[in-house]
Amino acid sequence: MTHEQFEIFSNQAVAACAVLYFLAFLAQLAAYVSRPRAAVVAPAARSRVGEGDVAVEAPPAEPPASQRTEMFVRLALALTAFAALVHLAALVTRGLAADPARVPWGNMYEFTLTATFVVVALYLLMHRRFALAWMAPVITLFVLAVLMVDVLVLYEPVIPLRDALQSPWLVIHVVAAILATGAFTMGGMVSALYLVKERALSRGGGQTGYLARVPSLVGLDRLAYRWHAFAFPVWTFAALIAGPIWAQYAWGRYWGWDPKEVWAFITWVVYAGYLHARATAGWRGHRAAIVALVGLATLWFNFVGINFFFGSGSQHSYAVELVVTAVGG
Amino acid sequence: MPREGRSLTDVQPEVAASAPVPPPPPGPPAMSPVELGRWAWRQLTSMRTALVLLFLLALAAIPGSVVPQEAVDSLRASGWKADHPGLTPVYERLGLFDVYGSPWFAAIYLLLVVSLVGCIVPRSAVYWRAFRAQPPRAPRHLGRMPDHRRYETADAPDDVLDRARSVLRARRYRIRDIAGDGPVEEAGDAVSAERGYLREAGNLLFHISVLVVLAGFAMGSLFGFKGGVIVVTGDSFSNTLSQYDDFAPGRAFAPDALAPFSFKVDSFDVTFIRKGRSAGSATKFFADLDVQPTPTSAPRRQRISVNHPLTIDGTKVFLIGHGYAPHITVRDGKGNVAYSGATVFLPENEAFTSFGVVKAPDAEPTQIGLRGEFYPTYAFTMATGPFSAFPDAKNPAISMLAYSGDLGLDNGEAQSVYALDMKGLKPVTKADGKPVRIDLALGKSQTLPGGLGTVTFDGLSRFVRLQVSESPGSKIALAGMVLALTGLLASLFIRPRRIWLRARRKGDRTIVEVAGLDRSSGGDLTGELDQILGALEPKESRT
Repeated sequence: MTHEQFEIFSNQAVAACAVLYFLAFLAQLAAYVSRPRAAVVAPAARSRVGEGDVAVEAPPAEPPASQRTEMFVRLALALTAFAALVHLAALVTRGLAADPARVPWGNMYEFTLTATFVVVALYLLMHRRFALAWMAPVITLFVLAVLMVDVLVLYEPVIPLRDALQSPWLVIHVVAAILATGAFTMGGMVSALYLVKERALSRGGGQTGYLARVPSLVGLDRLAYRWHAFAFPVWTFAALIAGPIWAQYAWGRYWGWDPKEVWAFITWVVYAGYLHARATAGWRGHRAAIVALVGLATLWFNFVGINFFFGSGSQHSYAVELVVTAVGG
Repeated sequence: MPREGRSLTDVQPEVAASAPVPPPPPGPPAMSPVELGRWAWRQLTSMRTALVLLFLLALAAIPGSVVPQEAVDSLRASGWKADHPGLTPVYERLGLFDVYGSPWFAAIYLLLVVSLVGCIVPRSAVYWRAFRAQPPRAPRHLGRMPDHRRYETADAPDDVLDRARSVLRARRYRIRDIAGDGPVEEAGDAVSAERGYLREAGNLLFHISVLVVLAGFAMGSLFGFKGGVIVVTGDSFSNTLSQYDDFAPGRAFAPDALAPFSFKVDSFDVTFIRKGRSAGSATKFFADLDVQPTPTSAPRRQRISVNHPLTIDGTKVFLIGHGYAPHITVRDGKGNVAYSGATVFLPENEAFTSFGVVKAPDAEPTQIGLRGEFYPTYAFTMATGPFSAFPDAKNPAISMLAYSGDLGLDNGEAQSVYALDMKGLKPVTKADGKPVRIDLALGKSQTLPGGLGTVTFDGLSRFVRLQVSESPGSKIALAGMVLALTGLLASLFIRPRRIWLRARRKGDRTIVEVAGLDRSSGGDLTGELDQILGALEPKESRT
């Protein structure tokens, strides 16, 4: 295939995987609707007894889910996995569409495309181990929404990588940054659900509907911690080791307080605060979840906002040719 | 922590001295200086304060990304100041143009460092004791622990305990030595085990490494420098202060510490893609330098390109940009050469439309200034006016306006070489009053009206923009960061766990109780207990 054909293929694959994610979401909806009314499966029942659950949650009896429900659940998972494959194909062809072929992380469109893929891949990988079935609707809706924004707002035609970006450290730096972004996003979703569920519980709700399927508050807090505990070292490596090494080669300084670097640092500090908060009495749970969401906000602001608001002032800006900014000041 | 308490009062006597004199306001109760010092120290080194300081640090870093920073981009900073004359003095007083060097930013991170040290020192002592300590004795009622299991077996209790010891040892647990027990002996029916001692070591390593990173970073900002220089091909550069276009020294940098190297930019090569979707972008550019590490040494040829800097005596030379320097000659009204040479034009866009200025102060009868653009591939449409169609020099041309009068160079004020001081200048006009535009292709000349002289575009060179920098301590910072990451991984993923097992004879059966405690913050013991039980007694029924 020619580069042009690869680009078209990639665009079509993005559209196709979006449709698949939507179908997966519909299947999850069908699974939810087809569940017998009283038979709301509460994973709280699956979480171990005697872990000091504070949540006022009577572990509901778990009546056997109907066969139809089971089928829809499995269908949703299969559709998500298939969508992820198509998503991956879109990424690979995007890289092949460039002349010469390159890693598909040259601009914000490609970065978002990759980050959403990482979110889905992390979900699928950890699906069994962390018992994440309840997260399915959140994940598919989130990825669908972000992909739509990505295509409608951030889309850019394929262009080759600039000289400064042609470095093995780019690959390492960006892979780690994207991986951390995906894991932080997963953690942020769990933390957001923690706050939603906590609010519902404090108002006497949360026993029915979707929130009843979400794990207990203690379980959510621990799950959020696990995502963050994975993401934080990866982010440390991406932003504070690989990034500076690359910057040293490309720009002659390893840390220059460029807006992008400042915000990467801010994100790091806020998430360091999150890890400390979980070890501090009175900060665990509610406050830690808020800190995690603040961290996620700084992360996404760094990625989207910096390029839009401080474009000309940042060497990381994808909008302006690096050489021109460097020479023109 | 009495020792730390005293040391704080020693360092900050004013805190202690001022406290007892006036009757203390409501709040902390009346305290002696030492008590107050201890109280303050405890407050400062508490986790809560550390949290607040972390968030303050994050908040304080924000303005530096919004307001242009002197140290990052002095050109943008001065532009911003010119645009905001009202805000500038306020911002200057607040240090907002140098956030990361400002006292208030330093105050936050120094407090954090103090808090960090105050955390590391006592914790290291605690850890040292804990590391050598025995796993704690088994609690009396294992069944009351949050995580516990129980099963019955026909084996003798001692066999069960022996097997438990070997299973736990294989799982890298440290086993409590019964013989070493003090007055209150562990009953012989229990095994106590603990693992994951390295978690806290990792935690300490991480926090110590942060200090190492800070030390490395401080070395760079104290003793390092960063300078920028534009060199036209064929010209030379020697590493002395006066040769730099811009120079940002560290606070303790001594100019005579500059390495005495020099180099000549022999050639610069750039290849632009000419066809296809990526037409107009550079595939590769590099410069060949003849480098002399010392004034007396023989020159050697070195190539530098983006991502591949040149290192001379610890100083690094980076190629960070390039552009065009047209050769322009101005002859004045008397036919004398008033200006001649390669003139650097700064690129403005991806097609290398470039902006530049010529100043001819020696021209007679009046001084002459030129201001305008250079186009490597000149093109023209009525809609756009002149523009550059391609970044390579396919059809080079200049298009400049001429000014005459006083260039303002004699009053001693520093002037940018890329700007004309318009105060004493007026445009050179044609008979019809329209300004004269000098549009010249390569090799062409144009005569200025009114006997002012001629302008010739007689050659074209390229220039390279180089960044020369030295950042001592960068290896220390990197090593610190790698150590920090190692410590972080250990502190996040090593699971500190305690396991207790008790076996008691009841009739002809042995009742085995196992309980555990996960001391990490994300812990979940279930799998661990199940695996230990599985290794101990795979077939028996459990409850």
